[in-house]
Amino acid sequence: MSAHKIYVPGDAAAVALGADKVAQAFADAFKAKGLDVQIVRNGSRGMHWLEPLVEVVTPFGRRVGYGPVNPKDVGPLLEAGLLEGQSASLYLGNVEKIPFFAKQQRFTFARCGIVDPLSLDDYKAHDGYKGLARAIELGGPATVEEVFDSGLRGRGGAGFPTGIKWRTVAQTPPQQKYIVCNADEGDSGTFADRMIMEGDPFTLIEGMTIAGLAVGATKGYVYCRSEYPHAIAAMNGAIKIARKAGYLGQRIAGSDYDFDMEVRVGAGAYVCGEETSLLESLEGRRGLVRAKPPLPAHKGLFGRPTVINNVVSLCSVPFILANGAKTYSDVGFGRSRGTMPIQLAGNVKYGGLFECAFGITLGELVEEVGGGTFTGRPVRAVQVGGPLGAYFPTSLFDTEFDYEAFAKKDGLIGHGGIVIFDDTVDMARQARFAMEFCGVESCGKCTPCRIGAVRGVETLDKVIAGQDRERNLQVVEDLCHTMKLGSLCALGGFTPYPVMSAITHFPEDFGRGAPLSVAAE
Amino acid sequence: MTTGYAATSAARGRYEAWTPARGTEIIADHLAMEGATLPILHAMQETFGYVPQDAVPLIADALNLSRAEVHGTMTFYHDFRHEPAGKHVVKVCVAEACQAAGGHVTSAQVSKALDCAFGETRPDGQVTLEPIYCLGLCSCSPSAMVNGRLIGRLDDEAIEEIAAECRS
Ligand SMILES: Cc1cc2nc3c(=O)[nH]c(=O)nc-3n(C[C@H](O)[C@H](O)[C@H](O)COP(=O)(O)O)c2cc1C
Ligand code: SF4
Ligand code: FES
Repeated sequence: MSAHKIYVPGDAAAVALGADKVAQAFADAFKAKGLDVQIVRNGSRGMHWLEPLVEVVTPFGRRVGYGPVNPKDVGPLLEAGLLEGQSASLYLGNVEKIPFFAKQQRFTFARCGIVDPLSLDDYKAHDGYKGLARAIELGGPATVEEVFDSGLRGRGGAGFPTGIKWRTVAQTPPQQKYIVCNADEGDSGTFADRMIMEGDPFTLIEGMTIAGLAVGATKGYVYCRSEYPHAIAAMNGAIKIARKAGYLGQRIAGSDYDFDMEVRVGAGAYVCGEETSLLESLEGRRGLVRAKPPLPAHKGLFGRPTVINNVVSLCSVPFILANGAKTYSDVGFGRSRGTMPIQLAGNVKYGGLFECAFGITLGELVEEVGGGTFTGRPVRAVQVGGPLGAYFPTSLFDTEFDYEAFAKKDGLIGHGGIVIFDDTVDMARQARFAMEFCGVESCGKCTPCRIGAVRGVETLDKVIAGQDRERNLQVVEDLCHTMKLGSLCALGGFTPYPVMSAITHFPEDFGRGAPLSVAAE
Repeated sequence: MTTGYAATSAARGRYEAWTPARGTEIIADHLAMEGATLPILHAMQETFGYVPQDAVPLIADALNLSRAEVHGTMTFYHDFRHEPAGKHVVKVCVAEACQAAGGHVTSAQVSKALDCAFGETRPDGQVTLEPIYCLGLCSCSPSAMVNGRLIGRLDDEAIEEIAAECRS
């Protein structure tokens, strides 16, 4: 064993901010000095403004952080006694005391950023595989009921009760069944799935294994977007280790259950995050959305009963089994039980992942937790829930983070992403982008979505140019109405949310100065 | 000692030239899989840098599909290339969180610095510039991926570095 241990995140966000170079600089320095130091590439703690955030375990067993570390800081930091945890520039002390972290309630992300993602021993030392042990003890039906009792709702966006979905699959006659994990995470402003797959991949493996045991499925697929090479590598690495250790394959963990899984990679289509489109893609076809019924729970992958859940939904399951449904459902707000990893993104001072109980207000999240904008300008709008989510003005900042509260304000929480914009934002351009995105990503199956989005862009262009403002805004509204009612899935059906919320809350941005600006570009 | 996983990015500039024999070999490696079409298309692109038109009938035959089906699948997805990309591939995120952080300006700057429009390969074959919708780096936006390498908080200096890399 090495005398010292330091942590340099291998998380993609940390890497995008230079973590690989920092790790290399440390490795070079240790080699030059003949020091035996173990460098662990951990996940991220989720405080991305501090990345690359380097942590060291001091000789007294304390863990202290430094950040954001630049490769050129490495030499001076070592000189100043980083390995002994000495206070120096960039010194953060115990990072769990930083308010952004201390205020959280980390259930699902309890291990993320702390453990070595590919160490099974580390995983088990931090309560890993306790949930599976309990599920094996309980058996399938009682495991399903435990998940039902926790009140867990799908974290992929729709918020459907996970327990009900599992029951439906469990009740189908024994046959080949599947667990499919939706790791397509296409929503802008979200990265929770990516972070946990990179920082704590065994949690997803354990969650899927428990799901398999619960409903009688023996095979799992993680459908991961191709934009996430680090997550794919981490999952593949962890699956291999779990299989070797007997946690995947036949008679998992010495029980009577069999379960194995593999990662499949998407190919850059947003609509493939929609569950039936994803199944089509897994089967090797174009990602055309399927009409429901039949539900995937009855006829899913290859026509077999299939549980399809988001990464975070599945990663919440080990905690629920290990700590009991009640511990989970005791926190929350209204019908939104448990915690939500909320992602603060865009023009934000303290960006990153904040896991907390439902019920916190949007204003607290943006102003207090996020600290407002990094440009220092006033916040003007926030988009919640990805490209299909509504834009909220600051006057709605008292809205509680909760599925129902957001629905009441004509919005959605989706996968928990909040994108912050300052007062330089042009909301007409944002509305236009929502339509454009829908057009680019439409699977093409229904006319309101495929054609409506294209017409939407054209019409908004006219509004922006100041042409016949009132009449054209009416056309946009009618288009939105048609898309909402006539689309098969939420891509066409929810694009009206960002468009109409922008028009409703920020009318002054649409056709400003019309008709004088007609001649302008 | 360093622990961890390494993300593999395509070995740039070391793509193989297409031969039917190599294509057949790749297909054979995947035949035991359920739903092998996408894994095969990915493997083709990783090997050759794009999915050669001649691969389509081979895949169709091996998987007992019509050529139209394989062609339809391949063209549905943004990832699959129908022709080789430029020597350097630059993808810039154009989604909302990156827009919020000034992405409109930076993406235009990248395009100018590379002298290449979005969605195009420069005539000299040196660089391909593509828009991408979110890299999951939305808390350190705007972001980009250059030859498989991730870059957050794209600023003037980073853009200059990208341009320099693409001149090599
Ligand atoms: C256009 C579209 C894109 C979607 N993208 C995702 C996604 O990237 N990840 C995800 O988990 N769910 C996504 N969903 C929701 C899924 O259809 C589905 O509700 C979810 O996978 C169910 O899992 P859950 O109950 O655990 O949330 C998307 C839905 C639509 C309509
Ligand atoms: S709404 Fe759009 S994406 Fe959804 S099924 Fe219809 S055409 Fe396809
Ligand atoms: S929106 Fe650009 S990285 Fe997510």
